[in-house]
Amino acid sequence: MRSDYLSSGPGFAEGEVIERIEAFRRRRPRLRDELVTLAHGAGGKSSAALVDAVFVEAFRNEALEELGDGAVLALPSGERLALSTDSFVVQPLRFPGGSIGHLAVHGTVNDLACSGAVPRWLSAAFVLEEGFPVAELKEIVADMAAAAAAAGVQIVTGDTKVVPRGAADGLFVTTAGVGVIPAGRTFPAVRTGDRLILSGTMGDHGTAVMLARGDLAIEADVDSDTAAVSDLVETLLAAAPGTRWLRDPTRGGVGTTCNELAQATGLGVVLDEAALPVRPVVNGACEMLGIDPLHVANEGKVVAVVGPDEVDDGLAAMRAHPLGRDAVVVGEITEQPGSTVVLRTAFGGTRIVDMLVGDPLPRIC
Amino acid sequence: MRFVDEFRDPAAARTLLGAIERLAAPDRHHKFMEVCGGHTHTIYRHGIEHLLPANVELVHGPGCPVCVIPMGRVDDAMWLAEQPDVIFTCFGDMMRVPGSNGSLLEAKARGADVRFVYSPLDALALATRNPDRQVVFFALGFETTAPSTAVTLVRARELGVANFSVFCNHVTIVPPLKAILDSPDLRLDGFLGPGHVSTVVGNRPYRFVPEVYGKPIVVAGFEPLDILASVAMLLTQLREGRCEVENQYSRIVRDEGNPAALALMGQVFALRPHFEWRGLGFISQSALRLHDDFAEFDAEQRFAMPGVRVADPKACQCGEVLKGVLKPWECKVFGTACTPETPIGTCMVSPEGACAAYYNFGRMHRDAAHLVARG
Repeated sequence: MRSDYLSSGPGFAEGEVIERIEAFRRRRPRLRDELVTLAHGAGGKSSAALVDAVFVEAFRNEALEELGDGAVLALPSGERLALSTDSFVVQPLRFPGGSIGHLAVHGTVNDLACSGAVPRWLSAAFVLEEGFPVAELKEIVADMAAAAAAAGVQIVTGDTKVVPRGAADGLFVTTAGVGVIPAGRTFPAVRTGDRLILSGTMGDHGTAVMLARGDLAIEADVDSDTAAVSDLVETLLAAAPGTRWLRDPTRGGVGTTCNELAQATGLGVVLDEAALPVRPVVNGACEMLGIDPLHVANEGKVVAVVGPDEVDDGLAAMRAHPLGRDAVVVGEITEQPGSTVVLRTAFGGTRIVDMLVGDPLPRIC
Repeated sequence: MRFVDEFRDPAAARTLLGAIERLAAPDRHHKFMEVCGGHTHTIYRHGIEHLLPANVELVHGPGCPVCVIPMGRVDDAMWLAEQPDVIFTCFGDMMRVPGSNGSLLEAKARGADVRFVYSPLDALALATRNPDRQVVFFALGFETTAPSTAVTLVRARELGVANFSVFCNHVTIVPPLKAILDSPDLRLDGFLGPGHVSTVVGNRPYRFVPEVYGKPIVVAGFEPLDILASVAMLLTQLREGRCEVENQYSRIVRDEGNPAALALMGQVFALRPHFEWRGLGFISQSALRLHDDFAEFDAEQRFAMPGVRVADPKACQCGEVLKGVLKPWECKVFGTACTPETPIGTCMVSPEGACAAYYNFGRMHRDAAHLVARG
């Protein structure tokens, strides 16, 4: 019987176990479930398994297999387009700082922008529940029109379906968008020593929606950050044309986005907790609920990887933009530990940041 | 954030770590158990494990409410959830705990009406809003959460809510501590005692730890500095040859606990003769049932529940982890067959479970952690 062991001592078996786990984590996730559960929609490993086993399996092609937020498509003329689509099922439909209408435009516009495209055209498809008030629909559509105008995109086609009462929850919206990638725009590979910029505070959207549901008995003033980041992205790319990687950290938060980065590059991402911008009220709500702000959704933020030579210019440009005033360098790319996100805690320690498992907050966007 | 930042101050941490290094005898290996899952979570979330000197080791204890629920009780919960007209309510992390036929989350996907609530009072409110449905609340937790269940039951009786009942799985902290101290497997030098439980029960119930078993115990708070201060207090006791119950969490915990909460618990609950704990087996007088005066609200009496005992999955070593005999990564299935996405055991489900905390936060070699910390 083991009576005394030194798990934390050097050279102990713990390192081997960790390596075995990392090897296991690199395998493709397998779908074992017979029924869809809410976990399949949470954006974590279960979602990845469902997408892989069902959709990629059936639709298989090069553009899809990139599994980016948008597909990049080359036209015979040599011009490149980005195409992206997103469905919105947020509850409640209206929350401090925005509505499902704003989200439906911003979500797709931001996916296109982070694919390197200038967003141009959107489609919008509505699933309406019988009995939904037309006045409310008009308000939501007005929000979409305003958001589209502000983002410089046109909503050029659409569809409407009505289902019997009970077959949907009020209103679901799906948008798709097309953007044009400027000629010559490429994203060089991410390298060790690159810096990670976050364009502003984390977790505002998820916290605002969560509190707006009113079932938490917490009252606090938090507005969703929902906004189109396309102009901010262009500002950054003009100042730092060698930018390596862009993503909007929506469902699953900045933590999940950084994990996608680490897994895509095989490199380590080291974040500094003290540098991570979080509003005190968001931090307080997360603390009470036992949620990590790194896992809470944003709808108007960008995570950018920029080379050390361009980081100062890129950061200054973002800070001069109204959506990037709180932009800050939050971390760097390291060789080791590979494919892993590590946080230097404000307390002076270090810990892993993993993907979110078991989303406590379904229907956040 | 006020009332939080002052307990996460890195400069104060360095001072305490210096003290811990000086207090720890260089020729000895000190092994302390943190009793609560909340402690474990803090230790990994703030990266405390690798800040401590190599000869001061923390092992994880049994104080994770979700982790100690045996499989048979999960199956009972699933059975309740699948009864017609039942709205089954529970805390969020309970939804993913696997029973022998899947989890409550999967039962929900199959059509059961399972909802997660933040408080038993939310479940009661659900019952008043749905008078034609039976609302059952899955009550679990140590003395920390038992008073809120008690308050809810008193209110349910006052309001005469006939369609509300409680599936009671409340447990008490002292019996498993005794079981661990009686176990020959483990050599411990002391305990970081439960913080939130002690707000209710006070410090006195732990006197047997130094008096009978000769181990020091320091009731510890849940912020990172609380953990370091408590470790320093334990080392000071050892160095000075003292062995007693001390209270680091004195800003919250009073010696006598919360007499009003204790009185209410006495009214609403009664001790079960024995109760099965995940991995620890049956422990006598270790859990609470509803008092006969509240029998009308007892789901175990209202419904003809199967109440079958189900053996823990063979591969799962949650019991050894809960006793602190194994570190999470020493379990055979840790991180491969058992992950947060596909948990086999309870310790991988709850954020307070040692396996989940280690997998999500701590999965890092000491050398790598030091390398990153230096930047």
